[in-house]
Amino acid sequence: MNDDYKIFPIGDSAITLELANRIDLQLNRKAIAMKEWLAGNSFDGLQDIIVAYSTISILYDPLTVKDKYAGGEKAFDFVKRKLTDAYANAQVSEPGVMGKTIEIPVCYDPAFGFDLEYVAREKKLSIKEIIDLHVSKFYYVYMIGFLPGFSYLAELDEKLVIPRKLKPVPVAAGSVGIAGSQTGMYSLDCPGGWQIIGRTPLKLFDSSLSPPALLSAGDWVRFHEISSEEFAAW
Amino acid sequence: MSLSIIKAGLLDTIQDTGRNGYGNWGINPGGAMDNFATQVANMLVGNCCSEPVIEMHFPAPQILFEQNVLFAVTGGNFNPTLDDESIPLWHPIVARKNTVLHFPKLNYGATCYLSIHGGFCVEKWLNSYSTHLKAGAGGCEGRPLKKGDEISTKESSIYFARLLEQKKNVRVLPWQADVRKIYKQPHEIMVIAGHEWQSLQKESQTDFLNAEYSIHPSSDRMGYQLKGPSLQLEHKIELLSSAVHFGTIQLIHDGQMIILMADHQTTGGYPRIGHVISAHIPKLAQLRPGDRLRFKIVDMDTAEQLLLEQEQELKILQRACLSRLNDLVLC
Repeated sequence: MNDDYKIFPIGDSAITLELANRIDLQLNRKAIAMKEWLAGNSFDGLQDIIVAYSTISILYDPLTVKDKYAGGEKAFDFVKRKLTDAYANAQVSEPGVMGKTIEIPVCYDPAFGFDLEYVAREKKLSIKEIIDLHVSKFYYVYMIGFLPGFSYLAELDEKLVIPRKLKPVPVAAGSVGIAGSQTGMYSLDCPGGWQIIGRTPLKLFDSSLSPPALLSAGDWVRFHEISSEEFAAW
Repeated sequence: MSLSIIKAGLLDTIQDTGRNGYGNWGINPGGAMDNFATQVANMLVGNCCSEPVIEMHFPAPQILFEQNVLFAVTGGNFNPTLDDESIPLWHPIVARKNTVLHFPKLNYGATCYLSIHGGFCVEKWLNSYSTHLKAGAGGCEGRPLKKGDEISTKESSIYFARLLEQKKNVRVLPWQADVRKIYKQPHEIMVIAGHEWQSLQKESQTDFLNAEYSIHPSSDRMGYQLKGPSLQLEHKIELLSSAVHFGTIQLIHDGQMIILMADHQTTGGYPRIGHVISAHIPKLAQLRPGDRLRFKIVDMDTAEQLLLEQEQELKILQRACLSRLNDLVLC
């Protein structure tokens, strides 16, 4: 047993190691380092490795694993051991070594950011103050998930922390939202529950490109404001 | 061209056994809802198991074969006919060119698969032919098939007309895949306990194990919503998003459950009650809105053992299909 993490199955062909249930830059970096270690110490039957905030999950084919390695034991036990090995061996690299920094232009016109006025009222801020707070920080990309290319960034200035909506509404691709201490970008048109404060003209997901997603976990993002005219001409 | 869609069905898409390895871009594996029926459809016509097939829901499409083909229909039974003559499921069938495949009536099941010898020539995206509807990629332009679509198949060395009697348009080859073992007790779904199972109230655990749940009408390839006794946690749990999987049973805000299916999102933050075992996904994929199911919790050993048995069934079927087809073509 180990108090630093929990390991549990999320099916008979997937397993999760949870470092904690909180947003923590060092833990996310640890998970990314584990992913990299596993990529270099791969095994037959490994299908995917998914890093989320402070978790890492392995998707695997239990039949291949059992056939190749497990002998009499469960495929689950073999993959679990791989995860504990990754935990023991993965070294977190120095800050600055990982990830790229990407500038994201955002038009904060209420026509795009249709929840700006609501956020302003709730948080007792002017729209200009919201924009200034949102562009004031570098954000770390904790994960891409939910949808193809949807990015989860943190952490917001605490003055902007606001709950998500109870009911999802239609949201356009490129929309920039906030929820809790997170900010994020909708890569595709879809129903969403985050408070929408602007839109970027950048294409966040393009299936014809490789990689198809503009951002990866471990990157850094900085937003800057553009006008409606600049957005239209982008 | 090898076939054309005369009339589109409710949701006809190209699928294969899935697209693995892209979760960190938010791209789910997708693939066929019923992977077993997909693989058997391919085996029956002598294809490799990972060839793309057409996945159909009811109402299903009308399809014109534009050349002689060896095909198979597996999975849900929508009473298929060829030129109005009834044809069986789970058989290889030879059809003459200019015949029409039609599915007039729902008998049972939710997803039905069509394979053709040689395999379809469709778009591969990130190592898979599966249609990713959200990303708009893979399969046929990343979208459901529509009227007028024409799909070609790869060249085949088999001269199918030789297998047909004169003036006959169809020949059902006399062997069938026996799949009863895989789909037996269709309403009993085995799960392994999820990480938040222990956080359920005792009465809710009892309800989960004893009550009957039914599939809500708004269920689709993304997930099955369940109707039944609502479940309560001992105390509220706030979870950050983490990876979820095909078969994950999530407890949503109103105490109801959703089972994530092939087109599920890659991550989620709802409490995980359980996970449907891989060997029972084919049964689950064949349940329709309104159908009832019961859950039974099993351990990981059982889950892996049942999957292994299913794989052995597939291997036996594959060998048998290949040897029968070879005998027929060589004689």
